[in-house]
Amino acid sequence: MDRLPTRSPLARAIGLGSAKEGVEHWWVERVSAVALVPLTLWFVASIIGHTYSDYATFIVWLGTPINTILMILLQVALFRHTALGLQVVIEDYVHSGAKFAVLVTMRLGCFSLAIAGIIATLRIAFGG
Amino acid sequence: MSSLRAKRPRPLSPNIQIYRPQLTSVLSIVNRITGVVLSASAVVLVVWLIAAASGPEAYAAAQGAITSWIGESVLFGCTFALFLHLCGGIRHLVWDTVHGFELGSIYASGWAVVAASLVLTVAAWALSLALAG
Repeated sequence: MDRLPTRSPLARAIGLGSAKEGVEHWWVERVSAVALVPLTLWFVASIIGHTYSDYATFIVWLGTPINTILMILLQVALFRHTALGLQVVIEDYVHSGAKFAVLVTMRLGCFSLAIAGIIATLRIAFGG
Repeated sequence: MSSLRAKRPRPLSPNIQIYRPQLTSVLSIVNRITGVVLSASAVVLVVWLIAAASGPEAYAAAQGAITSWIGESVLFGCTFALFLHLCGGIRHLVWDTVHGFELGSIYASGWAVVAASLVLTVAAWALSLALAG
């Protein structure tokens, strides 16, 4: 007996699956991971270089264009990756009615932290 | 009938109580745990940046907390978590290219992740302490 297709021709053509997101989650998690490899290595190396630096030295360092840009890129990739990773953890372990609330809280938290960190970085860069 | 059957608790798979931990399964859950730990570290990063943006007093308070005995212990743990997740993540990216799935390769890359994370963590702290002089 031939297997009957369980998906409509339109669904197969669009190729986004039952969640209607396709491979978006998987792909963005990988792209942000690749971005985070050099960005986290830069961050760790910079922090090592600034062990016990005083406030003025650190502010001048973060205020240079390259470091401001890298710190902002780090936070964009970091919180995007964090939101995607925590989403899977929540989906795997939270099964009660709280799942939706926890997911929304986590997503809003990641977005808020990214915005807060980026604005703090910009304030340091522009001496706000 | 079906409702009665649904009420009976079914055994969960994998049954982690009777499974002997293996490098593969341990590194799998370690990647997830370190991811959650690093999420918490990301909050600290933002608090630290906000403190720096707020002025010298706030920055000094944040640095005081971070460079305390407890703060540095936590930071050491976070450094190890970062390198475990970073090396484990690179291992996953290699797997995404459909390479390294033979049992020997799985164990070789697994032990490489453990070794590289230990070496990088110790090297980072040794370098930091040496520069601090």
